[in-house]
Amino acid sequence: MKQLAAVLGTGQTHHRARRTDVSMPGLLREAIDRAMADAQVEWADIDAVVLGKAPDLFEGVMMPELFLADAIGATGKPLLRVHTAGSVGGSTALIATALVQSGVHRRVLTVAFEKQSESNAMWGLSIMPPFHMPVGAGAGGYFAPHVRSYIRRSGAPEHVGAMVAAKDRRNGALNPYAHLQQPDITVESVQASQMLWDPIRYDETCPSSDGACAMVLGDEAAGDAVPGGAAWIHATAMRTEPTTFAGRDQVNPQAGREAAAALWAEAGITDPLSEVDVAEIYVPFSWFEPMWLENLGFVPEGEGWKVTEAGDTALGGRLPVNPSGGVLSSNPIGASGMLRFSEAAKQVMGRAGDYQVDGARTALGHAYGGGSQYFSMWLVGSEKPA
Amino acid sequence: MPEVAIAGFAQAPNVRETQGTTNGVEMLVPIFADVFARTGLSKRDIGFWCSGSSDYLAGRAFSFVSAVDAIGAFPPIHESHVEMDAAWALYEAWLKIRMGEVETALVYGFGKSSAGQLRRILALQLDPYVVTPLWPDSISIAGIQARLGLEAGLWSEKDLAEIAARSRADAAANPAAQVSGAVDVAELLDTPYVADPLRAHDIAPVTDGAAVIILSNVERARDIVEHPAVLTGIEHRVDSPVLGARDLTRSPSTEAAAAALDLDGVELAELHAPFTHQELILRSALGLGENVRINPSGGALTANPMFSAGLARIGEAASRIHSGEARKAVAHATSGPALQQNLVAVLEAR
Repeated sequence: MKQLAAVLGTGQTHHRARRTDVSMPGLLREAIDRAMADAQVEWADIDAVVLGKAPDLFEGVMMPELFLADAIGATGKPLLRVHTAGSVGGSTALIATALVQSGVHRRVLTVAFEKQSESNAMWGLSIMPPFHMPVGAGAGGYFAPHVRSYIRRSGAPEHVGAMVAAKDRRNGALNPYAHLQQPDITVESVQASQMLWDPIRYDETCPSSDGACAMVLGDEAAGDAVPGGAAWIHATAMRTEPTTFAGRDQVNPQAGREAAAALWAEAGITDPLSEVDVAEIYVPFSWFEPMWLENLGFVPEGEGWKVTEAGDTALGGRLPVNPSGGVLSSNPIGASGMLRFSEAAKQVMGRAGDYQVDGARTALGHAYGGGSQYFSMWLVGSEKPA
Repeated sequence: MPEVAIAGFAQAPNVRETQGTTNGVEMLVPIFADVFARTGLSKRDIGFWCSGSSDYLAGRAFSFVSAVDAIGAFPPIHESHVEMDAAWALYEAWLKIRMGEVETALVYGFGKSSAGQLRRILALQLDPYVVTPLWPDSISIAGIQARLGLEAGLWSEKDLAEIAARSRADAAANPAAQVSGAVDVAELLDTPYVADPLRAHDIAPVTDGAAVIILSNVERARDIVEHPAVLTGIEHRVDSPVLGARDLTRSPSTEAAAAALDLDGVELAELHAPFTHQELILRSALGLGENVRINPSGGALTANPMFSAGLARIGEAASRIHSGEARKAVAHATSGPALQQNLVAVLEAR
């Protein structure tokens, strides 16, 4: 039924606030060319292209994959365009995976991007949804109450958020592609930064980046041919729930819990904290690290902050989280999820450079979007699934 | 690999303007109820949901998020969305059933074209650096395409008017159609140009609408309908966006999709041709003979709900297999300027 699928290679751009040195096609090709070189494939090897990005209003182009078709090598081939809010980079990778798992294609190129400097993302986000009170505070203002609620429910000490931020930014300084390079950041300097949306401080907030990420996925034969080993896809999961309804738990959403449960079940994992070696989790605001550790089932509810506080999520810890620097170091919105997925793949392929987790054999890539309501995730391994 | 079949189809009335919000999700609630009533299924039976829509049509970011409310997606659902016509969402759902991940999928598309000025919004699909700043709107680009065919002797203005007249006559039997009725070809040719050489009858109406299809593996589909419409092939391709680099009188992406399919013995075709001359390009690209019945529903010329018109072509073709009217049909969906991207699906009674 489901065919084996693997990551053959990955690539990403240097992420910056404004990549005005390149056009959109130029930005995408920077990531695609690196992914294809990493995968050692040529255009003739690519059967189909799957592109993902967040709202078209962020660049001011309607369905930009249409004008990008030549630049991304899709002309004459099947081209799909995915949009599932902030989780899109992850779900785009999963649809590309499905093209291989269904036996339709042998090698698929998938790419996700955001080039916010083309337009004005804050304008793009200043929407007036019918029948809803406009938040008028951007993503930080939207999520700050969820964080406050988490702190109240878990009794987490207030420095945990700063610990996450300092860790991820220092990790980012090991990643030459990361937008923010802050090797000297400390918990104290994070705590001294401007309060933006209580309790989220400036240094606990993701940047706004231009950037792209690409991967080449392939079938079993293509995966077998990868020198040093491919990243084999062991399990995938996607879940969605509505933005608002009475009784909804926005801190620990059921859609995320059910997606994780489905993922662990498919991969045959019963104790994720012991069995997973590294996790790239979508953490746009520092406190989402402990929140998602709980939502993903790594630890029981209320315990996530203890893992972070103990240093277990740092490089060299029991479960390194976001060794690449994560969303807190680079946030090209539409690509951020695919970056998580590809960084997980790089770890199990042993291609993560200065932030390689020693002996990483099993890695999680995770993305979420909307009002914590869209979840996509995959589990990759250095060995084929049993 | 399990075979996939279409088990149910429903569509909203195609109208010039609905009274709902700009994203048009209000059109979904009644058609979900309709398709569940037709199939005897409920939302708990659906393993995967996939939709197609556009933020630019709605004039706001994340417009598709509201559609999750129309589903009532709690407990949480396995769901995805393409920023494309929902025919491509159907392709994604087909993958999920084929790989055995789910047994049943619900696919929907929706769009409220009346929320903005459609022909101008579609100019934003072009190259933003060198083409969009000139604001060539979708009808003008189609006019260039029609002119090239006229000058090459591929069609005449009368040929185009005959397509419009046939479409409107057929639409009289389609209660969901926006435009229908008997018209005289000579009278159509007496009307003024809208975008020379295109007249009003050559151009699809601006339509608010939505459509939904339920797919399942064939075994499950047999419990739902007597003659499931089995998707025996589905292919899609895209052409270059550079209008000047393409022979606009052909559709290489449709030709390539058709070449990968078995179209032998096709009895009817539902073609997503928003302009009269595009029907001729598609018939030629698909190699459809004179004996193939074209667009019995009236086609996109009589109702063109953006982001669901392609899905509705697949649904209309499937309906005629469900009813026993046809045993093999081809359905087509298009996206982008001048038929840039095309999907072709073959449906068969089994």
